[in-house]
Amino acid sequence: MEFFRNADIDFLGKKWYFLAFSLVFSVAGLFSMLFWHGIPYGVDFRGGTLVYVKFAQTPDDNAIRAAMDRAGLRNVRIQRYGQPSGNEVLIGVSEEETNEQALDRSKLLIINALETNAPQDKQDLNNASLLALKTYFLQKDPLRAGTDAEQRYAAQAQAIVDYRDKTKGGVLTSLDELKAAADPAVVASLQDGFFLSDFAVRNVEIVGPQVGGQLRRQALLATVYSLAGMLIYLAVRFEWIYGVAAVVTVFHDTLITVGAFSLMNKEISLTVIAAILTLIGYSNNDTIVVFDRIRENLKLMRREKLSDIVNRSINQTLSRTILTAGLTFLTVLALFLFGGEVLHGFSFALVIGILIGTYSSIAIAAPILVAYQDWRSNRGKPPMEAASRKESNRGERVKAKV
Amino acid sequence: MNKNLGWKMGVIVATLVVFLFGIIGIPDSWSGKGLLAAIGNRIHLGLDLKGGTHLILQVQVNDAVTVDSDNAIERLKTDLRAHKISYAEITKPDPVNAPEKIVLKGLPPESRSDLLSIVQDRLPEYSLTSGADNSWTVAMKPQNLSDLKKRAVTQAIETIRNRIDQLGVSEPIIEEHGLGQYQILVQLPGVDDPARVKDIMQSTAMLEIRQSMGGPYASEQAALQQNNGVLPPDTMLMPGHSIGATSGNSGPSWYLISRASAVTGRDLRSAEPSRDENGQPSVSFTLTGEGGRRFGAFTGSHVGDNLAVVLDNKVQEVAVIKEQIHDTGVINGRFGEQEAKDLAMVLRSGALPAGIKYLEERTVGPSLGTDSIRAGVTAAVIGMLAVLIFMLVYYHAAGINADVALILNLIILLGFLGFSGATLTLPGIAGVILTVGMGVDSNVLIFERIREELRSGKTPPSAVEQGFSHAWITIVDTHVTTIVSAIILFIFGTGPVRGFAVTLSFGLFANLFTAVFVSRVIFDWVLNRKERGEALSIG
Repeated sequence: MEFFRNADIDFLGKKWYFLAFSLVFSVAGLFSMLFWHGIPYGVDFRGGTLVYVKFAQTPDDNAIRAAMDRAGLRNVRIQRYGQPSGNEVLIGVSEEETNEQALDRSKLLIINALETNAPQDKQDLNNASLLALKTYFLQKDPLRAGTDAEQRYAAQAQAIVDYRDKTKGGVLTSLDELKAAADPAVVASLQDGFFLSDFAVRNVEIVGPQVGGQLRRQALLATVYSLAGMLIYLAVRFEWIYGVAAVVTVFHDTLITVGAFSLMNKEISLTVIAAILTLIGYSNNDTIVVFDRIRENLKLMRREKLSDIVNRSINQTLSRTILTAGLTFLTVLALFLFGGEVLHGFSFALVIGILIGTYSSIAIAAPILVAYQDWRSNRGKPPMEAASRKESNRGERVKAKV
Repeated sequence: MNKNLGWKMGVIVATLVVFLFGIIGIPDSWSGKGLLAAIGNRIHLGLDLKGGTHLILQVQVNDAVTVDSDNAIERLKTDLRAHKISYAEITKPDPVNAPEKIVLKGLPPESRSDLLSIVQDRLPEYSLTSGADNSWTVAMKPQNLSDLKKRAVTQAIETIRNRIDQLGVSEPIIEEHGLGQYQILVQLPGVDDPARVKDIMQSTAMLEIRQSMGGPYASEQAALQQNNGVLPPDTMLMPGHSIGATSGNSGPSWYLISRASAVTGRDLRSAEPSRDENGQPSVSFTLTGEGGRRFGAFTGSHVGDNLAVVLDNKVQEVAVIKEQIHDTGVINGRFGEQEAKDLAMVLRSGALPAGIKYLEERTVGPSLGTDSIRAGVTAAVIGMLAVLIFMLVYYHAAGINADVALILNLIILLGFLGFSGATLTLPGIAGVILTVGMGVDSNVLIFERIREELRSGKTPPSAVEQGFSHAWITIVDTHVTTIVSAIILFIFGTGPVRGFAVTLSFGLFANLFTAVFVSRVIFDWVLNRKERGEALSIG
């Protein structure tokens, strides 16, 4: 099997279409960032409190909202997430509600508001910690344990917590279920001190405003350093114009990816930034493969026009470009479809970024080289030679080694 | 050639064995369960997979500076008195933002040299500069100031580690958070209810025993009135500890307390939870030799007076000194059982040199971690299978070559995680998946090049030779750019994101070995077994 054998597509001839395509997406993204959704910072960068809750039955958004209102929490974000059958809801409070003195105040308010029919003096088993259970058993001593009480009750508490979290996904609906996991006497003793609410807190994220600002600065710095690193490496390995072309291309990819998050109003979290930095590296891969071939062909085909050489190089590497992009895309798609809710933003960024990154190494990076060349020859300067010279030296060295 | 191939294969098999050992160690049993347990022992899971709490703390280093400069002011006052130098006032102009600055006003001009020698001899960490109107500024030298702040962070880390160790949290991480100033990163695996741990960490646990001169008063005003509007010299008002289960009157109370303390928490040798004569939980403590001598001298000369046990600037308890006490004491008062235990524990661990405040808190419940592992592993297996099958279909026999290289790549990556103790996070699993996708790029580059060379009429051995040597430069370039990205991520990221950077960069390093070296050896081995001129199966 082989795709794109002897491909001969005039990519450079279509550069105006490419430019139009890229402009439409970049401008749409920029427009959304500036005038519509803005840059949708997640809690990592904005600060605030997010509580991820799993319910036993299908949650009623209005009831949750009413409970939050009663607790005095304003501007609460309530959003379903994950598979519908998971009954999962994200409850968020923005930064204004969270100062650093009472960083976990909102969390406690949210959880208390959800405990609508909690009996007096009983703890909620679905949200009880391992330690709370162990302490309770040690006090009640349902097994009449002797000197090894500490270990025995620790094991019982662990078994109950494991059953709740690993087998039942976090929410128990009746105490009797536990008889499968723990000693019946221990389970019976739970009656006096515990009740079952209809939800469990799965995940809590609280970020103070100071950290949010700090992280925002760092994310920006990391992106800038990454781009600068690429520019320097490519300028050293090839020629400065190759570095510039690659960095412009990657910047274009980053802009469109962030733009897609803004257009779809998806939150940008720390892991999304990680995905974007990965894309900066990945998108460069494709560009480098094409550039490497251009450099090689510049040496072999000294008589031909640069635009022909570039076209030929793109066509020669097309099979590889599409194949690897396709394979990486396949793995990323698996991540997007099966990787779970936590990685949703991360894999979304990769899905978009790999498509754009592959497109741009053909449609943006190579035409920049040719445009630069045209501009030089219009000013009466000699065509690009430095790159081919550099390569021929190194080429000989490689051959000598072989 | 054959011999050469022999040792190369040896290298590959040795690598395989070493990294397989990295993944599973020597398992107790070779059953499926035993192997899973063995992997669990070797590969450390991050908080996002295991469940637990992640906290970022800000050490309020200015607290430590305030204590130091307060002492400096006391020393200045004493020495100025000793040298009979008069002054109008000694203040800190900006006690919140610049507690290291002390301003002296209204000194006689001729006292200049005396003042200079006092600061030089008695306060070597401070510098003296003159200002307008006979005022002087005494400020901590910048080097000493930054040392003091750094020391406060180091001490806070040690104290917090002592406290957490005693709570029995396994494998906690407590370290300076390099991304911010004076911040500490605390990771507590398995702790899904951080409230109690946070209280214990945050308690400064500053224990002091001072003389009590009067009280309790209902309010500060009442206290002032009782003393005719002026506090006696070297005393201060302190609030009482009014929260308590058994205290009947829970209203605020104030005490008149001496500024100087007889002993502090630093003089403690040990502290244990105990019970007082009424059977109520209390904390008993023992003092060090030096602390005991001072306490003995203090109690000896104050028999009949009151002493106050002060904890974190709140009066915990006031008691009459009946006789000289040497090196033991009891802190009574309205504790619950757990409170007494925790207090003894924080007293043993020592005082925090400065207050801390929480900047960030993330808790992952174990049920989410379990789901994340399941989802991550599912995605990884599906993604990997898709790639493996595609390579077989597209490249035929050469596809087997690529698949072997990929699997070895994964074994090396996971083995590395086992050896290095690096943690596997959910984004880290994504890094493993991406390594598969990006790692196969090297194989594709090489294979496509070999196909091209074959098409241009080269014999299989020379096409393989050319394919590898041409693709090699490109592969190095592409790997370097991705690894540069990953290193920057490692420097700027924390926790989960770092896990991603680690797996991705190591996966790509390993890929250089598997895609180039291993793949080449397999090709050579296949070519060796073929007749001259027989075609190469590469799709």
